[in-house]
Amino acid sequence: MNLFEFQGKELFRKFGVPTPEGFVISSESELDGKQIQWPVAIKSQVLVGGRGKAGGIRFADNLPSAKAIAKELFSAQLKGLKVRNLLIESKLNIDKELYLSIAIDTSKKRPLIMASQKGGVDIESVSASDIHMEPVDPFIGFSPYMANSIAKKLALNPDESKQFAALLGGLYKLFKQYDAELVEINPLVITKEGKLIAADAKVSIDQDSLYRHPDIKGSYDDLTELENEARMKGYSFIELDGTIGVVANGAGLTMATLDTLLLHGMKPRNFLDLGGTDNIDTVKNAFPLVLKANPKSIFVNIFGGVTKCDTVAQGIVAAKNEFKISVPLVVRLSGVHEVEGRKILSDNKIHGFPNMTDGVKKVAELSKS
Amino acid sequence: MVFIDKNTKIIIQGITGHQGSFHSAEMLKFGAKVVAGVTPGKGGTKVNDVPVFDTVADCAHLKPTASMISVPAPFVKDAFFEALENGIKLIYILTEHVPKHDEMEMYANAKRMGIILIGPNGPGITVPEESKIGIMPNHIFKKGDVAVVSRSGTLTYEIVKALTDAGLGQSTVIGLGGDAVVGLSFLDMLKEFKDDKNTNTVVLVGEIGGTAEEDAAAYIKRGFGKKVVAYIAGRSAPPGKRMGHAGAIITRGKGTADSKIKALNAAGVKVAQYPDDIPGLING
Repeated sequence: MNLFEFQGKELFRKFGVPTPEGFVISSESELDGKQIQWPVAIKSQVLVGGRGKAGGIRFADNLPSAKAIAKELFSAQLKGLKVRNLLIESKLNIDKELYLSIAIDTSKKRPLIMASQKGGVDIESVSASDIHMEPVDPFIGFSPYMANSIAKKLALNPDESKQFAALLGGLYKLFKQYDAELVEINPLVITKEGKLIAADAKVSIDQDSLYRHPDIKGSYDDLTELENEARMKGYSFIELDGTIGVVANGAGLTMATLDTLLLHGMKPRNFLDLGGTDNIDTVKNAFPLVLKANPKSIFVNIFGGVTKCDTVAQGIVAAKNEFKISVPLVVRLSGVHEVEGRKILSDNKIHGFPNMTDGVKKVAELSKS
Repeated sequence: MVFIDKNTKIIIQGITGHQGSFHSAEMLKFGAKVVAGVTPGKGGTKVNDVPVFDTVADCAHLKPTASMISVPAPFVKDAFFEALENGIKLIYILTEHVPKHDEMEMYANAKRMGIILIGPNGPGITVPEESKIGIMPNHIFKKGDVAVVSRSGTLTYEIVKALTDAGLGQSTVIGLGGDAVVGLSFLDMLKEFKDDKNTNTVVLVGEIGGTAEEDAAAYIKRGFGKKVVAYIAGRSAPPGKRMGHAGAIITRGKGTADSKIKALNAAGVKVAQYPDDIPGLING
């Protein structure tokens, strides 16, 4: 789960990572009567990259100008997202901009520190030779020599190196203590006064660790309304831009189902993984989500194991009756209790198939007419 | 066969739970030697006639070498360390939603201690007519010389069933797990299958995200000596969206199905368009 910049910076301060002086507002009137050191940066708090380029980060020299900008940012959308909060910060006297992050290297299965002298730009546009990488063995953890070695590669002077070591030590503690998948500072500013300050903060917390971080109140702004509804109901659901509604079990099989539809010239409307379930209601309640996406037809693809085919068939029949599914519905059932499952389907006049390809072909046929 | 056989003595940590009791029964039916279950506070009881102990240490006299962990995610790391400290050599974790930092810590320790970590969040390992640790459906298997290594569950069953229906039996079937950080990689398994006398063909079932398939392709290219065919799920996945598995996400332009298929093709591996094309590619 991604945190807003202001939330990330709160965590930074907690771990001794310096940030600019600032405060958060949710309406322009909150600027009145505040002690403000002009000029300021006004930063839209949205979970989307390229905020600056999209006009979400602005500068103001005085109160009337700041209020006008704030009003404008609150009333418009930024890349389709509503701006609920603005972060007001004293503008920094920038001398240099660096890049610093700690992420999980999933192929090496360990944390990876990355740093570059070329900060302030999209790190993907920086050539690999300009990015310094320092892997951390979780068995050992972070040790200050790593900071020294990176500081040297960043050509920092002794005073900057000292600040950098303290900052990186704090950042690593945050990364570990808060189960982060990513902590990123871009840019990490060296001011004309010689201070290292985190001008931005990108923190992503592992969704599966939230039970041990009750203080983290994140946002699911990057999910669509329907995806959010599905998340609350416990389904793994993603909206796509096609027309065929999909219900399947297991992430791999669901992906394979989408791919197979695409290879037959049909674009899927969604990804919906039922997971391992043997509950009629879990199957039934997946359908309202798919129906809300207005699909042209629905394809259900189940390989029964823990999830029994007859249970699935009963869930589908219940959904058909209760939610009055009017679009074509094709079901593939294979695996445990498949014969019983397909009998239930045929008794209820639902198309049932034992293999995926035949099912997909039927969907193609019905979607044409 | 790799890692397990009919003599492997297995314990199940969390045997009294819903998953633990159901799957221990299925494993027993498959012929697996489940010698004990462990659930703190339930020592002295029985599940499917298997004795339950309070701690792993309490069942040490039964000399188990493998454990299946099926406890809620917050307790997985503790169960793992308990198994590790009590000399278990193979640890399979069924549980999903285990925090990534716990996974990194478990992996680092498994690696240092030289033990095998399967999962988390995978279906486990099955060696037909020998043993099974995990949750794969019993009825789809047939003994043979095709090894299957996969990142998913149901898609693996789909492919195993297609193999069995086509008369192609399996030597070892293993699910690595759908999480971004898991104990074993395709590369680890290829090294095992290379030396496995019972395996002549390997089916690699990959998906988008990470670089494990590309790493495997580079290894095969250097000379593997056995036939490898593959399927990659997620050709239609848009960047930045997690396709159910934490590992299945295209980030920073990396981990696309195209890049994986290209790398595998360059290593001489045929990649199936559909899961049920796999038997045809093996025979062809």
